[in-house]
Amino acid sequence: MAPSRQLVAALALAVVPLVGAAQNLNIGLGAEPSSLDPHYHNLSPNNMLARQVFEALVGQDVNQKPRPGLAESWRTVDPLTWEFKLRRNVKFFDDTEFTADDVLATIKRLPNVPRSPSNFSPFIAGMEFEKVDSHTLRVKTKSPAPLVPINLSGFAIVSKKCAETMSTEDFNALRCQGGTGPYKYSEFKPADRVVLARNNNYWGTKPAWELVTQRFITSAPSRVAALLAGDVQVIDAVPPTDIPRLKGDAKIEISETLSNRVIYFHMDQFRENSPFITAKNGSPIKNPLLDKRVRQALSMAINRQAIVERLMDGAAVPAEQVLPKTFFGTSQKLQPTAFDLAGARRLLAEAGHANGFKMKMHGPNGRYTNDTKIIEAVAQMFTRLGIDTEIETLPSGNFFTRASTGANGLPEFSFMLLGWGATTGEAASPLRSLMGTFDKSKGSGSANRGRYSNPALDAKLTEAFATVDDVKRAAILAEASEIAFTDFAIIPSHYQTNVWASLKGIKVEARADEYTLATGITRR
Amino acid sequence: MLSFLIRRTGQALLVIAVMMVLVFFGVNVIGDPIWMLISPDMDQQAIEATAASLGLDKPIWEQFWYFLKGVARGDLGNSFVHGEPAIALILSRMPATMELAFVALLMAIVIGLPLGLYAGLKPEHPASRTIMAGSILGFSLPSFWVGLMLMMVFAVMLGWLPATGRGTTESFLGIETSLISSAGWAFIALPAFNLATTKISLVIRLTRAGVREVAMMDYVKFARAKGLKSSRIIGVHILKNILIPVVTVLGLEFGSLVAFSVVTETIFAWPGMGKLLLESIQRLDRPVIVAYIMVVVILFVVVNLVVDLLYSLLDPRLRISGNKA
Repeated sequence: MAPSRQLVAALALAVVPLVGAAQNLNIGLGAEPSSLDPHYHNLSPNNMLARQVFEALVGQDVNQKPRPGLAESWRTVDPLTWEFKLRRNVKFFDDTEFTADDVLATIKRLPNVPRSPSNFSPFIAGMEFEKVDSHTLRVKTKSPAPLVPINLSGFAIVSKKCAETMSTEDFNALRCQGGTGPYKYSEFKPADRVVLARNNNYWGTKPAWELVTQRFITSAPSRVAALLAGDVQVIDAVPPTDIPRLKGDAKIEISETLSNRVIYFHMDQFRENSPFITAKNGSPIKNPLLDKRVRQALSMAINRQAIVERLMDGAAVPAEQVLPKTFFGTSQKLQPTAFDLAGARRLLAEAGHANGFKMKMHGPNGRYTNDTKIIEAVAQMFTRLGIDTEIETLPSGNFFTRASTGANGLPEFSFMLLGWGATTGEAASPLRSLMGTFDKSKGSGSANRGRYSNPALDAKLTEAFATVDDVKRAAILAEASEIAFTDFAIIPSHYQTNVWASLKGIKVEARADEYTLATGITRR
Repeated sequence: MLSFLIRRTGQALLVIAVMMVLVFFGVNVIGDPIWMLISPDMDQQAIEATAASLGLDKPIWEQFWYFLKGVARGDLGNSFVHGEPAIALILSRMPATMELAFVALLMAIVIGLPLGLYAGLKPEHPASRTIMAGSILGFSLPSFWVGLMLMMVFAVMLGWLPATGRGTTESFLGIETSLISSAGWAFIALPAFNLATTKISLVIRLTRAGVREVAMMDYVKFARAKGLKSSRIIGVHILKNILIPVVTVLGLEFGSLVAFSVVTETIFAWPGMGKLLLESIQRLDRPVIVAYIMVVVILFVVVNLVVDLLYSLLDPRLRISGNKA
């Protein structure tokens, strides 16, 4: 055995130089990007990485509030025109200056990235861009468009040269020197790592780290092990089961914040006979979910506190609407439905279902944190209420296809668990996508898998989307939220918490959008 | 010999064609890739436009027809997720998997053969019993659990080896490999051992059984009676005769090491093609799945062929003939 021990010791010594180096940071990430081209795929890991190298006109702070990015300021000239003042003296990595021409070239590239599985053109839909001078830009729309600044935070600006000449392959091969961000790419090994190097000419606060290695460790327990072993100093997406243990570890610190992701239940509200609901003896019944009292009873039967404490190990908060109350456009009045089994039984009896009914609940398997466990628990809660609930969990690919178009192009399921992360950081877009009447031409209800439809809510949303004044719009959206959630359009369960763990002495700025940004990580 | 090769190639092509059809339509039964690709907040028009740009709006038969036309040109299509040619994507991840499988195979031989030999020569010795009990554990413990335990012990508690990742690679004959630097070996040690555990157990058991059988043979008794050194008896007379089953099994197992490294690669964040396959299945990245299956089928066919050829080298009595193979 002696030689092998020597070998191990020798190998161990060889590893040492890889750790250390005070100016360097190693991060273990739970998800990997599909490409380094910032305009190829509108996917969270891609955007998170791109944001550190290629900046957007408008930035988002830790709570996703818009803040100046490559645009210093913006205002409305008239209800149909926004004007953006671009930051001066900003240089791309290749030392050319950033001007309005770069923005126009980027805009032109967005819809034209070959083979893109989801491009960024929805962010600029209905907008006309016009250059006033080298550092002033106007955005014209056909109807008042309050979301223009937040939409412009959705995509990164690249230099005119990159926008016009570079392909996705060129971006992946790190040929584009057309970023302005705090870091530039120095190495990319797909499925393994991305190394970022400090941009010493950055216009803003100089970044703290010289080299940032972002390693993709998709298996959650391995990510925790890599942190405990000191291979990486920071990990994101800490699995809830490990949070109590890590909190008790003197070498580790935890940072957490409420996320923009709500976990909720969608209910079939467009079919008279819902495919997965029958009487207890199996005979067909009229879809009970069309009755608000039944939806309310189901919501009252869910013990949100138990889900949060027992299943999520505290890494969640009971939910009452699409976003936590700190976000723009949420209602301060709504409260999570209180757990009240007796009250729920009464309501169910009032609705004519004193004997309950039989229902099958569907959900994805492994898409959201603890999704299967939550489905199992809620099914038991419903069964206690008197609704015999069966469950079926499916792989994401299968689940989303059937949940969206499984029944001859219509949503297939009667009752399903889903989640929604609001990338815009405000309530308008989730309200419209999840509960607006499904209407392809207006772009509303695109993720409305229960086909809930309420003219009062639609009217409020239409009003909100035409109100540029922030204070007024926030009030209208709060009213819209109240209309939707007092009608139990969907049943919210909880908001997830975003959790990071780091070695003691390294502080991670917790962000609502789940992004791990090297600029937000500092040494204490 | 020639007709043997031709027949083998024909069989391989048939298997590949059948697999291609099965996988292509099988993935389609699971779901529509478009829902795995789009950003959830896209509106219906944008979703449909994206589906159209990727050809996913067409009926599946028509998609298959386009795919076949591509295959005829030697093009298996582009990954939906990465946008790169599927074959290029798989081949770019192949060296990492190959080196992992190779090191695992090496470990299986270097660790398994001596232990099996010892257990076979001294079957009653307590150490032999320990080895055999250990081999049962090696077989039966689930690979992901063993991987995590290895990580906990050697990376977290002892701190000897890095927990995950491939470390730095250097170019050797145009292939990026981590087997040149000692740091690279530190990174590969745990995942390779994890992948090798069942194979080590297999080699121990095969070797032990072989040794016990051969040790009773007359020629071994005769060699002993002749007064040959025991090292020569073991090294020449016994070892040579037990190698055929070991080589056969290891040859076949090499294919499975490559094809089923999925768990180990995922646990250890090893950037190989097993991890790529798992992610592609989760995201319904059909071109990559189809191409992967085709690569693996080809690999198995080639490995089997090599094993057949090795037989005839190890034992001249087993001639490959066009009639019987």
